[in-house]
Amino acid sequence: MNIFYFIAFLSVFFAILVITAKNPVHSILYLILTFFTFTIHYILLNAQFLAIVNFIVYLGAILVLFLYTLMLMNLNKESEPVKANFIKIAAVIGGGCFLVTIVASIKALGASPAVILKDPSLGLVKNLGKVLFNEYLLPFEVSSVLLLSAMVGAVLLATKDPKTV
Amino acid sequence: MELADIIVKFVLVFIIFAISLVIAMYSTYAERKVAAFFQDRIGPNRAGPWGILQPLADGGKMFLKEEIIPTNASGFLFIVGPSLAIMTACIGSAVIPWGQKLTIGSHVIDLQVADINVGILYVFGVVSLGVYGVMIGGWASNNKYSLLGAIRAASQNISYEISMGLSIIALLMVTGTLSLREIAEQQHSWHWNVLYQPIGFILFLVCAFAETNRTPFDLPECETELVGGYHTEYSSMKLGFYLFAEYINMFISSAVMVTLYWGGYNYPGMDWMAAHTGPALAPLIGVGVMFLKIFLFIFFFMWVRWTIPRFRYDQLMDLGWKVLIPIAIANIVVTGIVITLINR
Repeated sequence: MNIFYFIAFLSVFFAILVITAKNPVHSILYLILTFFTFTIHYILLNAQFLAIVNFIVYLGAILVLFLYTLMLMNLNKESEPVKANFIKIAAVIGGGCFLVTIVASIKALGASPAVILKDPSLGLVKNLGKVLFNEYLLPFEVSSVLLLSAMVGAVLLATKDPKTV
Repeated sequence: MELADIIVKFVLVFIIFAISLVIAMYSTYAERKVAAFFQDRIGPNRAGPWGILQPLADGGKMFLKEEIIPTNASGFLFIVGPSLAIMTACIGSAVIPWGQKLTIGSHVIDLQVADINVGILYVFGVVSLGVYGVMIGGWASNNKYSLLGAIRAASQNISYEISMGLSIIALLMVTGTLSLREIAEQQHSWHWNVLYQPIGFILFLVCAFAETNRTPFDLPECETELVGGYHTEYSSMKLGFYLFAEYINMFISSAVMVTLYWGGYNYPGMDWMAAHTGPALAPLIGVGVMFLKIFLFIFFFMWVRWTIPRFRYDQLMDLGWKVLIPIAIANIVVTGIVITLINR
């Protein structure tokens, strides 16, 4: 439990640094750290497969792409557009209203009882596979075909000669 | 876990780290000797007999060189880059089974640091993390050539990860497990996976070359176009870390390839050997066989480097997206059909 609080603190801390960092590349690096703490959360929940997939997909692919794009865009202080004052004031009021709503709704909800899983080893890859392939076979297959067809489509567009399109 | 087990694990981790570092050190020596052999030269032969102290001399030189951090570089990230590169290179070895369980007296020692049930995915994750060291270092240098090298590294790694993942999927369909220990045990004596997945192995090999940034895929440090690529601004031991990380990556990816496709610590006639040498010695012979295979792969990496010229960047992307991915998908389909026909 103490590990959880420590990691949760780190998640929130890095998430705040993501939005306060001046440099967009630093911001992405903090986002990487935030996602890394999410991986640790999944391990604490005994969901090894989800943890490693989060690690590969978010840290290994999506955030590399983010970083890649940001490095290409060459954003720095000189080229950053200066926002007008009334936009800043509007943003502060809007953000404040959002905060009040969130705090009020959380207060109204009250604490939920801790969830205890019937089967703590549900997150292991063997059990997860059994559930996915027995109970949710159709949605699982449909989504995997969708993802595969997106990739095949991208490769097909790349291989096509631009003159014939 | 008992205290004795924890101590054994620590000793194992220490030994594996030491071995990785020593192999990386002597890979630099071997690379120069192999290059010399291919180019009909002698190679390093001044430091010690046959030049075997050359890596120590190189290391000493690296440490004593002046440390330069460019004025416009972003200081902290400039140091994080090489540290991250060497760290991600070192942690990959945690899930590799180096040998069968070793029995000394009543003690059973598992020659693997962590037998997690998603071992392959862990290796895959660590490999995909490796690019951050190069990217952060290249960006923090605040140099156009470094940035171009870093961007090349990122796009190259992402492109080749896809076909690497697809080739692993075909392998998983054959083995039916994600644990590297179980995969190694299934390949008892000569039932090596390369016999069942030859195309998958070739795909994995090509992708491993691309992921470790070795020639013909060393575009991120292409000196004819980018001065030194992502490590243009680096000097002293920080440069040493980048070079070292490349050799450790080479060693780890060789170990992964050996475990996944070439039978790991298994060899034909291992049962006869186990019956004749006893439970303490036979696993050690297996470890020796595994390292022999790893050294052959490291030699192969060098052989390719000194034989094949570098790709052009568009050729590299064409190969990744238009050749390897279609082959990998076809390989998955064929593997699926064959498995269905056999099991019927």
